[in-house]
Amino acid sequence: MAGITKSEFKNPLINWIDTRLPVFTMMQKEYGTFPTPKNFNYFWNFGALAMVNLMIMIITGIFLAMNYQPNTTLAFDSVQHIMRDVNYGWLLRYVHQNGASMFFIITYIHILRGMYYGSYKYPRELLWMIGVVILLIMMATAFMGYVLPWGQMSYWGATVITNLFSAFPIVGHPIVTWLWGGFSVDNPTLNRFFSLHYLLPFVLVGVVFLHVAALHITGSNNPLGIEVKGPQDTVPFHPYYTTKDSVGVCVYLMVFALLVFFWPNLLGDPNNFIPANPLQTPADIVPEWYFLPFYAILRSVPNKLGGVCMMFGSILVLFVLPWLDTSPVRSARFRPIFRQVIWLWVAAVVGLGVCGANKPEGIWVVLSRIFTLYYYFHFLVLLPVLGKLERPLPLPESISRPVIGGGPMPAGAAAKPMEKA
Amino acid sequence: MAEHSAAIAGHHGATEGITKRDFLQLIALSGAAIGSAAIGWTVVDSMNPSKDVLAVSAIDVDLTPITTGMGITVMWQGKPIFVRHRTAAEITSADDVKLAELIDPATDASRIKAGHDEWIVLIGICTHLGCIPLGNKPTDPRGDWGGWFCPCHGSQYDTSGRVRHGPAPLNLALPPYAFEGGTKIMIG
Repeated sequence: MAGITKSEFKNPLINWIDTRLPVFTMMQKEYGTFPTPKNFNYFWNFGALAMVNLMIMIITGIFLAMNYQPNTTLAFDSVQHIMRDVNYGWLLRYVHQNGASMFFIITYIHILRGMYYGSYKYPRELLWMIGVVILLIMMATAFMGYVLPWGQMSYWGATVITNLFSAFPIVGHPIVTWLWGGFSVDNPTLNRFFSLHYLLPFVLVGVVFLHVAALHITGSNNPLGIEVKGPQDTVPFHPYYTTKDSVGVCVYLMVFALLVFFWPNLLGDPNNFIPANPLQTPADIVPEWYFLPFYAILRSVPNKLGGVCMMFGSILVLFVLPWLDTSPVRSARFRPIFRQVIWLWVAAVVGLGVCGANKPEGIWVVLSRIFTLYYYFHFLVLLPVLGKLERPLPLPESISRPVIGGGPMPAGAAAKPMEKA
Repeated sequence: MAEHSAAIAGHHGATEGITKRDFLQLIALSGAAIGSAAIGWTVVDSMNPSKDVLAVSAIDVDLTPITTGMGITVMWQGKPIFVRHRTAAEITSADDVKLAELIDPATDASRIKAGHDEWIVLIGICTHLGCIPLGNKPTDPRGDWGGWFCPCHGSQYDTSGRVRHGPAPLNLALPPYAFEGGTKIMIG
């Protein structure tokens, strides 16, 4: 689109810039007047919250990196130096450490929102798949970040996770040696993990941009899961959803602050206060809470390669979710069976998390196998079949119908008659 | 979006005066701004010297090994500190200068501790562009005024560390220090 923009901004400086580089017009279009379904509930806050969280992680991370030493002999002490000597270093680190947990809480709720309201269905499949890519990058970033303090859990977590790749035949061991840059997790590993932990968040920013760009092409889904029929179904993003998101941000910051200031180590592992020791594995080795369900899937399979495949598969299956779910109805509100079984799936994931936190023996092995099977059953059997068998409830004619009830039709409705959903 | 602008205009009332909504908006935005600034300060302050850096900000220097006419260089806060044991002739030459002749006028008395005329303690960084001047060892070039000579751009300092020949604009700076008994100083 060559040619200068005809800017509508009154301020001469903004107008001058906007004419040559229409960023103000773009912001106005995408975040100002952007037509957004008017029936969002608070679950639609979590995308914005994730964006805020990503920014907090990048800012605190940059300042932590100024004081951190990615060297096996210095890393642990440099983290203690940050905690004790650097001005507000304790705050930066606790915000960054708990920020990772907050990020996963938000992202998991955001994903569940998408699943409950069918946000992954046509035409938002690619938007959803980009989201799964974001989840994978987040997981890699979080894992490598957890290695950096070089405590016992960092070291043994790194050893166990990198060894996952050794399960693959022939290429497995060369890949692990390549990942390590040596024959065990050591200084070269720590160096590259630091480098990648610094890089990946910026990759994440790029992929998030694509995620938002795709969202602004299709427009947002909404709790009813029906398409916007016209201007009567939308409100401008600003001030309506900027304000609603601000309410969410306040609650989010309160929860975040509670964690940081009152229970900063609640979600951490005491073993990580012990410097890494390559000659001794801690008695219980568990990942951070946000990896526990996947860890339980890994341990539930009594075969090395099988376990690794099941674990990776549990996330990769999300890529094809838009095609596994055969129901044309998006929102669980109008799917009487789905709206119940989705909670069974959630229970299975939570159950897997509990199993992952316990030692793999006795009842926990049995339970994690049952939950793993149900996890896959939900995606591979239930969703394809349910779409064919389930009888959905009648969909409302439009978003504004249930909102304004039987009252007078809003302006504009006459000009564009509502179609049947 | 006609209905929305109508709705917003409705809140403003017919008078277009200041409304409760304007007040709430102002309070909310300034609250957010103050909060962000407070949090912003923590990241800015994290770049200031940390507690361990501040903890090593004072050092003791034993003066007994420094013979007359000699100087030593010690490290303080990552900077070179010149400690020089001046000869009687050097003290006299530093004292006898007319202030009008100086680029950066200062008496010798203002640059030493009273009663310790033979000791001059300076931050050994040329005030031009930060090189370390030569002159602590008697064999070093000391310039025409017998003090220090900066090899980078030829600035010269006298035996009181005052600049006598440019391009340096200022005298060598003085670190904070105090005598602890007759033969020891604490810098910092």
